[in-house]
Amino acid sequence: MTGAEELRVLTRKLLDEHPPAGTDRTDFLRARFDAGLAWVHYPVGLGGLDAPRALQSVVDAELAAAGAPDNDPRRIGIGLGMAAPTVLAHGSDEVKRRFLRPLWVGEEVWCQLFSEPGAGSDLAALATRAVRDDAGDWIVDGQKVWTSSAHVARWAILIARTDPDAPKHRGITYFVCDMTDPGVEVRPLRQITGEAEFNEVFLTGVRIPDAHRLGEVGDGWRVAQTTLMNERVSIGGARVPREGGMIGKAATTWRERPELRTHDLHRRLLDLWVDAEVARLSGERLRQQLVAGRPGPEGSAMKLAFARLNQAISGLEVELLGDEGLLYGEWEMRRPELVDFTGRDAGYRYLRSKGNSIEGGTSEVLLNIVAERVLGLPPEPRNDKDVAWKDLAR
Amino acid sequence: MKQPTEPTEPTDPADPTEQPLDLLHSETEEDLRAAVRALLADRAGHQAVLGRIETGDPYLPGLWKSLAADMGAAGLLVPEKLGGQGASHREAAVVLEELGRAVTPLPYLTSAVVATETLLALAEGSQETGSQETRSQKAEDREAASQEVAGLLADLASGRTVAVLAVPLSTAPGAEFPPTVPGVPASDSVPGVADAVAADLFLVPRADGLYAVPAAAATVVPQSPLDLTRPLATVTTGAGSGTRLAGPGASRAAVRRGLLAGAGLLASEQLGLAEWCLEETVRYTRERHQFNRPVGSFQALKHRMAQLWLDLVGARAAARAAADALATGRGDAPLLVAVAQAYCSRTAVRAAEECVQLHGGIGMTWEHPAHLALKRAKSDQIALGSAGRHQDAIAALVGLEPPR
Repeated sequence: MTGAEELRVLTRKLLDEHPPAGTDRTDFLRARFDAGLAWVHYPVGLGGLDAPRALQSVVDAELAAAGAPDNDPRRIGIGLGMAAPTVLAHGSDEVKRRFLRPLWVGEEVWCQLFSEPGAGSDLAALATRAVRDDAGDWIVDGQKVWTSSAHVARWAILIARTDPDAPKHRGITYFVCDMTDPGVEVRPLRQITGEAEFNEVFLTGVRIPDAHRLGEVGDGWRVAQTTLMNERVSIGGARVPREGGMIGKAATTWRERPELRTHDLHRRLLDLWVDAEVARLSGERLRQQLVAGRPGPEGSAMKLAFARLNQAISGLEVELLGDEGLLYGEWEMRRPELVDFTGRDAGYRYLRSKGNSIEGGTSEVLLNIVAERVLGLPPEPRNDKDVAWKDLAR
Repeated sequence: MKQPTEPTEPTDPADPTEQPLDLLHSETEEDLRAAVRALLADRAGHQAVLGRIETGDPYLPGLWKSLAADMGAAGLLVPEKLGGQGASHREAAVVLEELGRAVTPLPYLTSAVVATETLLALAEGSQETGSQETRSQKAEDREAASQEVAGLLADLASGRTVAVLAVPLSTAPGAEFPPTVPGVPASDSVPGVADAVAADLFLVPRADGLYAVPAAAATVVPQSPLDLTRPLATVTTGAGSGTRLAGPGASRAAVRRGLLAGAGLLASEQLGLAEWCLEETVRYTRERHQFNRPVGSFQALKHRMAQLWLDLVGARAAARAAADALATGRGDAPLLVAVAQAYCSRTAVRAAEECVQLHGGIGMTWEHPAHLALKRAKSDQIALGSAGRHQDAIAALVGLEPPR
């Protein structure tokens, strides 16, 4: 096992051989990947050193102190947080070697073709079909939706139905889809904020080689659990300063604009300030649990807390601004490459935060998960578990 | 019209040179928790508590000696050289989590935390150069007072003596000194003093300093409290009675520190209480059947319990932050204590109210312990400063000023 001191030595060696000041950003990131310092808990040869995950912070601190470039994790978040752990757990050796390095370096952006117009929270109801042809390739037809980054993505993780006669959870298979295939059409989906951060993706006769299947045929739901669990775990990694999120924006407005203050807003702002500080401390506690090798179920709590807080704080901020809150920056449609929750003005923050309780699992579904998996409460009765997908009412 | 001001970088009032907060429970702390929980399960179950709360003496016989003296819990905050365990607020917080969980009637918060921390502040103050007034005192007076404080601390740490700060339970850490009582002008008669009936000694804040008054020299008239597990009484001490421990300046700072530690660790009591409420509610709704299903399988109820769990995740982090900040003497300890009180008092009340509601009619009965938790939670919401008072403190500390 690789210890903290050994990692420090390896990091300094990387910095010596590739001084950040005189090295191309991509070259530096490739060298870091090849040195096993990308994600130290990954296997040797795949960007890691089989070291404890907690020791990544040792490497990150050394690199940050030396001013080394980072791989813009926000831009490649879906690849890092969701595609990579799934490829690692379920891909062939060839697939791992092909995809992980350009993913981590940021040369290839990933998106996620999971949700469909008729299958959001009930994800396993999906209808996109994948049928095997005589050559052994898969031909995919269907429509996906809410796809962040589809307009800039090179690859996608995709789940599709391969056996309509099986119950809905058992007839699904998991693939890596080439977004440059001629059958892939990406259409911007204009949202409540006016901009098109998401897309609709139409799949018509998209050809996927069997080598790009992750896991067994019909085992896609289980593979997707790897992706979804990692989506929820990926939160809580970074240390956030006090007033580091949405509350910082509202507090700044409060301090700089005394003429806007009212007693009612003061009381509500303080309620939210306390909630935001407690959410920050909870995130810090979760991070400390992860570092100590004692991960708790609090990850889903964090997402729920931040969704509620972001909505309440941004709503209060619009109200605080009064006459100015009646205005909106601009409605012109844009297609941003990054999701920016705290950017632009209060009106944008208010509208964008409405998505926080829907994207990545609705708050209602997450509350069910907490109730059943954390508290051990009984599930609600279900009538879709043992019925063939094709026989379900739609 | 002017667009909103471009927000500036987030501020962090915490000193960046300070150690990061440690928000976890250590193995030693978990061992202490197991020991306290075992003791309380054996000797202070809810039925035992229910059997005594109407007697006027709710304290279970011998329990204080077992916890405070035999296990050494009363001396956790006190350094070994002053006769204590040399532990910290982190460990005392764990004891309070368990006392909250079992809603145990014991003068732990009042004696082992508030009174002890008040005396500790005096003891530490007398070792340092001291304030103007201590310098102006005669050296031998100071020495005598210092020995008196050290002696009292040793008695408290050993559990032999129960001491109570003679202020109303509702007094916030930032309250004026000495706290004035509405309707009781300039009197030595203080209502709403928690655990006064168990006290051997009162620490009495007066205009000219803090006095130690033996219970034998005081009149204690019990009141009828909302929370029967934390008795309240009016305490009357004769003007000028007792021994003066320090002058007004040092006393003011010491009382404030005692109340601050009390408020910070009260959050852990609230956390333990809320945890019990949720666990008991989950257990009950899993077993209780209505409409041919466990009631805990209904989504409306599941969401309420899941939401409560989320609040508990926050309460655990907030209570730990307050305890750790007090233990390490961080500069932002007053802020983290106020945050913990504002959050945990609200969470404990909600947990207890949900516990009663989701138990249905059973939750309304005297036999079921849910009412013990509800009464304690509601009383705790007022104790050592209401959430609103703590929010006012936060507003001042982080510069979120009210309207002019």
